[in-house]
Amino acid sequence: MTLLEVSGLRVTYRTEDGPVLAAKDVSFSLGRGEILALVGESGCGKTATAMAIPRLLDDTRATIGGSVLLDGVELTALSERRMRDVRGKDISVVFQEPMTSLNPAFTVGRQIGEVLRQHTGLTRRQVRERVVELLDLVGVPDARRRAGSYPHELSGGMRQRVMIATAVACDPKVLIADEPTTALDVTIQAGVLDVIRDLREQLGTAVILITHDLGVVAEVADRVVVMYSGRHVEHSPTAAVFDRPQHPYTIGLLDALPARAALRGGRRRLTEIPGLVPSPATDPDACQFAPRCPRATAECTAARPALTGADGGDGHLVACYHPGPRRDA
Amino acid sequence: MTDDTPVLEVEGLVKHYRGRAGTGTVRAVNGVDLSIGRGEILGLVGESGSGKSTIGRCVARLTAPTAGRVRLLGQDISAMSRRELRPLRRDVHVVFQDAYSSLNPRTKIGDIVAGPLRQHREGDVRERRGRAAEMLERVGLPARTATRYPHELSGGQRQRVALARALVMRPRLVVADEPVSALDVSVQASILNLLLDLRSDLGFSCLFITHDLSVVEFVGDRIAVMYLGGIVETATRQELFAHPQHPYTQALLSAAPVPDPREGRAGRRVVLRGDLPSQTSRVPGCAFHTRCPVAVDRCRTDAPVLTGITAPDHLVSCHLVTPEAGGPDITQGGNGLVHHTS
Repeated sequence: MTLLEVSGLRVTYRTEDGPVLAAKDVSFSLGRGEILALVGESGCGKTATAMAIPRLLDDTRATIGGSVLLDGVELTALSERRMRDVRGKDISVVFQEPMTSLNPAFTVGRQIGEVLRQHTGLTRRQVRERVVELLDLVGVPDARRRAGSYPHELSGGMRQRVMIATAVACDPKVLIADEPTTALDVTIQAGVLDVIRDLREQLGTAVILITHDLGVVAEVADRVVVMYSGRHVEHSPTAAVFDRPQHPYTIGLLDALPARAALRGGRRRLTEIPGLVPSPATDPDACQFAPRCPRATAECTAARPALTGADGGDGHLVACYHPGPRRDA
Repeated sequence: MTDDTPVLEVEGLVKHYRGRAGTGTVRAVNGVDLSIGRGEILGLVGESGSGKSTIGRCVARLTAPTAGRVRLLGQDISAMSRRELRPLRRDVHVVFQDAYSSLNPRTKIGDIVAGPLRQHREGDVRERRGRAAEMLERVGLPARTATRYPHELSGGQRQRVALARALVMRPRLVVADEPVSALDVSVQASILNLLLDLRSDLGFSCLFITHDLSVVEFVGDRIAVMYLGGIVETATRQELFAHPQHPYTQALLSAAPVPDPREGRAGRRVVLRGDLPSQTSRVPGCAFHTRCPVAVDRCRTDAPVLTGITAPDHLVSCHLVTPEAGGPDITQGGNGLVHHTS
């Protein structure tokens, strides 16, 4: 059942050097309790897309077009005041760097409690109890004592758990996590990914996970949207995108991974994607990957390919005139 | 020096930093032994605060070790003065993670690459320019790059420039500290391929420092795993990834996300409880015992020594590794473990 429906989303930043088209016509839907990954390299528009949903982009610099429906409510049309209620209560966000998102002057318990005081009618005692419950939920050991700690007294992994506890304090329908484990060591990352999975199990929270790490995608996501230069180029259930990648860019991205090279037991050689990403200021009516694509033909530069169903069905979509699995060997 | 003298030999390396008043000494490296053979790439892998970068800095003598020996091509450089070090600087060069902050923004790329030649008074201007141009070509940059400035290049191109500069003197050893960590995967792939190509062509040895297991598995001939200032395990790449013996190595390998949904989710994952102890604390016994799921009493009091237990070239520092059974299986451990089999 669809909870969030994003269609034709466009994000344009005004800069000194002219407009930057960060997201161009991005559409996807998110079901209840689903984990959807937005994946791509730097500058592909994954963060712009996700932050446009709770309208967390600077109004004076960014314009948002298209439609975002949360449970049938059009978020792009809400007043800023109504939107403030939505943020934190219906949609909440976890950022990459927990130290800069936490206020160093207040205990973590007070910061988590602040969200509860904003959005619920709980008494002080109830807030205190709920904070301890939340810290327990995200796996902070000795939660009652830890609620009285200041951010600098916690490790990076514990701070990120506190951020997640803050984000889910009001039991949001959608949690947006922007590279939540990128700043963490792998042994700590594993624990935080478990927390995200557990939240979905226990609270039924739907998650939009923004990441550049295909390993993280494989571990936690149900579905994947692969982005390139502000557009979604492939959209599929997680297993299918790894087993039967259709878009040449997705294939290139997977083959560039040292971990995949190791898994294939092949030669010590990684596949490179030649060339550079196109300028974000342009949006030609053509496939933007064509200049770097081994399969490009005249068709690819004549008109932009639409996102259409790929072979194999099950909601696997690809924007390419020559889709299909690897053609080497 | 004979042919089989290691390019680099480190013995009992210790590096302590004095912290701010009242914060105590930061015990970054606590007695490390390692060696790198000719043309070999040693991957040094560890998490933040394990001391891996400090080892790199001591090896390149960007900082003086507190104790221990660092022998470069058989010569002990650990206590040399700056003047004594100068001729040896030809033989060891460093590549850092962030090429943007390690390249002078006001210097043209050609002059950046020729910099080491100038410092060592090699040839005249014309010759230096020629060697810099040749090096730029070797790292896959067009000749016109020489007249550009760092800000005009992409991250991947800047890292190629850093490699060209590090290799222009044809050093015997390159210390590469997280050279691809700031790059997108498609760019990272081209830099890793380039590094292996250049190693085959030029024959240098490399201390490759990284936190990324998949990168080290791709690039390292041999791998050393660090935890809290010490090496816990060393083996060839194939051996380490196939038969990790130290509980920390096992936990690290199991925690790394695998970009293959069936492999990753089917495998058993071990999540370590707790955090890395502070680098200012002195952990008695094995440094890993506070988080080790299979630790026994002895681990809390006696520090294990890095030795070859099952094979002479597979070194491990753990009391629980035996010649018969190899390493303990930490997935069989008791408390402190979370299993994910779904």
